[in-house]
Amino acid sequence: MLLGPALAISAVLFTLGVAGVLLRRNAIVIFMCVELMLNAVNLTFVALAQRLGMGGQIFVFFVMAVAAAEAGVGLAIILAVFRHKQSVRLQDMNLLKD
Amino acid sequence: MTVTIFWIFGVIAWVSALLCITRRSPVASALWLVVTMFALAAMFVQLDAQFIAALQVLVYAGAIMVLFLFVIMLLNLGRPGPTDIKGPAGLAMGAVLAALLLVQLRVLANARPPDAIQLPAGTIADLQAHQGMVAAVANPLFEAYLVPFEIASLLLLAAIVGAVVLAKRKL
Repeated sequence: MLLGPALAISAVLFTLGVAGVLLRRNAIVIFMCVELMLNAVNLTFVALAQRLGMGGQIFVFFVMAVAAAEAGVGLAIILAVFRHKQSVRLQDMNLLKD
Repeated sequence: MTVTIFWIFGVIAWVSALLCITRRSPVASALWLVVTMFALAAMFVQLDAQFIAALQVLVYAGAIMVLFLFVIMLLNLGRPGPTDIKGPAGLAMGAVLAALLLVQLRVLANARPPDAIQLPAGTIADLQAHQGMVAAVANPLFEAYLVPFEIASLLLLAAIVGAVVLAKRKL
């Protein structure tokens, strides 16, 4: 069956997403890595839905709705920050640190 | 044969995800992420989720990634600049943390759901053959999951209002 390979592929994809968030400093690339993690979890849901009922596929539907909302609001925040700082690098966003 | 094809798409997803997190240009990263999403859509088809695969291509690879590319181009980030990948110390720390997480996930992946709650093999495929691809998803969505569906619409409304307020000239 495909459950084992799907879980293995999903685990590595999720880890690559986490590594991207930890290693990059560009806010937009970090956002894309979060999307990568959401996609890896979607693969797990669909793989388990094959044996545990349609609920998994429905949940992927909701994950997509949340991802769309998150992308819209998150990119609007990045635009607002860029207007103040002229940069999307995270080390320039240190207003609370000083 | 099915498993081989599944692994081929899995390796495509791995390689394109790796290229996505290592490319210097955000545009290149976004385009490699689109490749990952198409590979995932192919895997969804093999896992009896054809409708979810279509949504993956339309919503993720279509709408969401176009939004990302739109913002990248609006902010004029496509030019080659200095790399934004962290230095050796940050790189080593991130790699160790990611490796640790991978080990934990691999241990978890060996767990299987108990046989008592598993459906017999092919149940979902039979359901789809009987009801059709879309109805098999739509029936539970509008019956058992109706309240979460309405809450999702509220969430999207809140996101629209939030995005408009945040994008206004004067904050």
